[in-house]
Amino acid sequence: MSAGHSMELDSLYGDYPLDHAFDEMREADGTLRPYYRALAENLASLPADELQRRKQAAELSFLNQGITFTVYGRDEGTERIFPYDLLPRLITGAEWDRIELGLTQRITALNLFLRDVYSDAKILADKIIPSELVYSCKHYRRQMRGLQVPRNVYIAVVGSDLLRLNTGEFVVLEDNLRVPSGVSYMLTNRRIMKRTFPQLFQSYGVRPIEHYSQLLLATLRSLAPEGRPEPNIVLLTPGVFNSAYFEHTYLARQMGIDLVEGRDLVTHDNIVYMRTTDGLKRVDVIYRRVDDDFSDPLVFRSDSALGCAGLFNAYRAGNVTVTNAFGTGLADDKAVYAYVPDMIKYYLNEDSILPNVKTFLLSEDKDRQHVLANLDKLVVKAVGESGGYGMLIGPQSSAKQREEFARQIEANPRNYIAQPTLDFSRAPCLIGNRLEPRHVDLRPYVLFGDRINIVPGGLTRVALEKGSLVVNSSQGGGSKDTWVLQ
Amino acid sequence: MLSRVADSLYWMSRYLERAENTARQLDVTMTLMLDTGSVDVEERWRRLLKSLGDPTEMEWSGSIDSMARELVFDSAYPISVTFCVNGARENARQVREEISSEQWQRLNRLFHQIHSPHAQAQFSNSINEALTSVVDGIHLFQGVGDSTMIHGQGWQFIRLGRYLERAYATATMLEVYQEELFAHPERDHSGYQYLELVGLLRCCTAFEGYCQVYTADILPDRILEFLLLNRDFPHAIRYCVETIRSAIDSIQHTGGRRSPDEITAGIGRLHAMLSFATIEEILTGDTAAFLHNIREQCLRIHELIYRYYVHYSIQSALAV
Repeated sequence: MSAGHSMELDSLYGDYPLDHAFDEMREADGTLRPYYRALAENLASLPADELQRRKQAAELSFLNQGITFTVYGRDEGTERIFPYDLLPRLITGAEWDRIELGLTQRITALNLFLRDVYSDAKILADKIIPSELVYSCKHYRRQMRGLQVPRNVYIAVVGSDLLRLNTGEFVVLEDNLRVPSGVSYMLTNRRIMKRTFPQLFQSYGVRPIEHYSQLLLATLRSLAPEGRPEPNIVLLTPGVFNSAYFEHTYLARQMGIDLVEGRDLVTHDNIVYMRTTDGLKRVDVIYRRVDDDFSDPLVFRSDSALGCAGLFNAYRAGNVTVTNAFGTGLADDKAVYAYVPDMIKYYLNEDSILPNVKTFLLSEDKDRQHVLANLDKLVVKAVGESGGYGMLIGPQSSAKQREEFARQIEANPRNYIAQPTLDFSRAPCLIGNRLEPRHVDLRPYVLFGDRINIVPGGLTRVALEKGSLVVNSSQGGGSKDTWVLQ
Repeated sequence: MLSRVADSLYWMSRYLERAENTARQLDVTMTLMLDTGSVDVEERWRRLLKSLGDPTEMEWSGSIDSMARELVFDSAYPISVTFCVNGARENARQVREEISSEQWQRLNRLFHQIHSPHAQAQFSNSINEALTSVVDGIHLFQGVGDSTMIHGQGWQFIRLGRYLERAYATATMLEVYQEELFAHPERDHSGYQYLELVGLLRCCTAFEGYCQVYTADILPDRILEFLLLNRDFPHAIRYCVETIRSAIDSIQHTGGRRSPDEITAGIGRLHAMLSFATIEEILTGDTAAFLHNIREQCLRIHELIYRYYVHYSIQSALAV
């Protein structure tokens, strides 16, 4: 060990205020939560510059491995490493078990909802959810009506975003049912953390997540069309310019399957083939990382060159499985989200284990008036957007921005929802040489094949800017490893 | 293997070989400039560009250093080292899942190395060091690839790219040099002439290999024989063609389809031409035409590979 000066526990903390937001590391009175003690002591025992050294080593490792994402709308430096915080976020075993139960319940209900809406639409007939809301959804796909999907699974891969409120309780902020990304960062973060804090990792007895790729492959295999015992499974990517391209290559490699682009695929007699050096080879399962709109120019957007012409017909004929199914964005519409607790009640006859965030639907007159009068206190979001785009954060907005949003809301109320500004939890991050609290969320990844699997943990996203509430990587967010304890 | 992937691996490899060729030939030329020989600076520069197959005729600016800098760092110039390394990395990025992590990291490091401000400074201090570190980076990449990648079809396409590029580049270089060196074998062998000949060998890292085979007696016709017809030296064209042939054999072997006679014949012809020719024949005949013919045949092989493995028609594939 180096003989350098060790940091005193207190001198490690920079600007570390405790207010009403839940602090992941400290109780309200400032004492350390018991399970964070070992981590805090370990940090304090390190020589002053050691943390920086480890941080640099980790960043270099990310850069050399090309673990980067692409930022849209900028010419230079379009490839950046995903900012990474060195300190793990800890979640106790009991907390996790509840999250797991809650997500399993939620995803089961959402899948039943999709199946229902695209077949008999009973939930609409029973007036649990207004049909206008469903049929006016941007991601509703009429082509999916009456189509039988393998094992009735619409959403094989889900990433739901959770927040922890000041009561310490986890709530669901949104569900990502189309093409959730970020799982590769969860996996690579873990690999780098094991190298950065080996002893600490061992002493905590963290639950493993490394088998995610294997579970994903098993999930995809379980959804193969009938009569294809040795299915050819591929991952369909929009290509190298997509912001999540690294992830696509990473997952394909981890699963040992081919990474294909639309131009690699051809259809003939409702069968999908890929072009190989040995001629055409039949494709059975497509893990699709291309949005609905771009998947098949014959059925969806005709100006898209990213997909494969004829794919949807082959899918409809049952000759190829495409997952997630088309039209699943219907159920992660931010207005439909408000009804998820009702769905859980309706389909499963249970109360939701993980609550929703209070949501105002701006298509409702009463809600809209309330929201327009309180724009400076609320967060307004466009229903069909993701990635932190199309959002107004009331308390941090200017009068002009609020006016602009008010006008847009009046023009198209169905397109927006509002939620209270949440003071969600903060976790300690290494800022410079000190620990400071930053807001964090949690995105666990759910796999749904012959059964539901959730690897313990997920991606903890961090709003690295001081005071910021936006954790999206496209908006300056970073990530940290999530350790679920035994 | 996906056709697109094979295509990317092939070009990744070709681009790196091209980068190495540019770096090495530039290094040799810069060293030769130290001795003020009969060839003047501008003429030597033109010869370098020609032997690199320069498609655009880079404008002579009057300063050899600034020209050299462009040839290394100008990412818009299609034979510059940076352009080629960028091209290789872009191709590798598209097949990230096919090459080993070690390979990718190696290439990524080379890419960042060449784009770092440090590279420019190093270049100002010592051109030779800067170019050597590029060539080292490429060698490391190749070594890591050979020892960490599965030697399946993908690896064979990498070999194809490397050796086809090398055969073509060596033929181009010999074609440019032969006018001067072999057209007047009676020219007196001053010290400068010796340096030129050694330079030519060094462009192909062939000096030591040559000496082992022929001793340090450096003669133009022996150089030509060595670089064209040697069976065991990896930069000799015959060696390259043998490797191309074995790569294609292996691709056919692991694949489900039989290669058409066209490919087999195309490679066989070039292979036979180099296996059965003697240097005397070549020198008494039209040497330039012989070298040019090699380049034409390389292009033809490239086209055949494309027509059969990459851009085939769906009808032809469904019929099988």
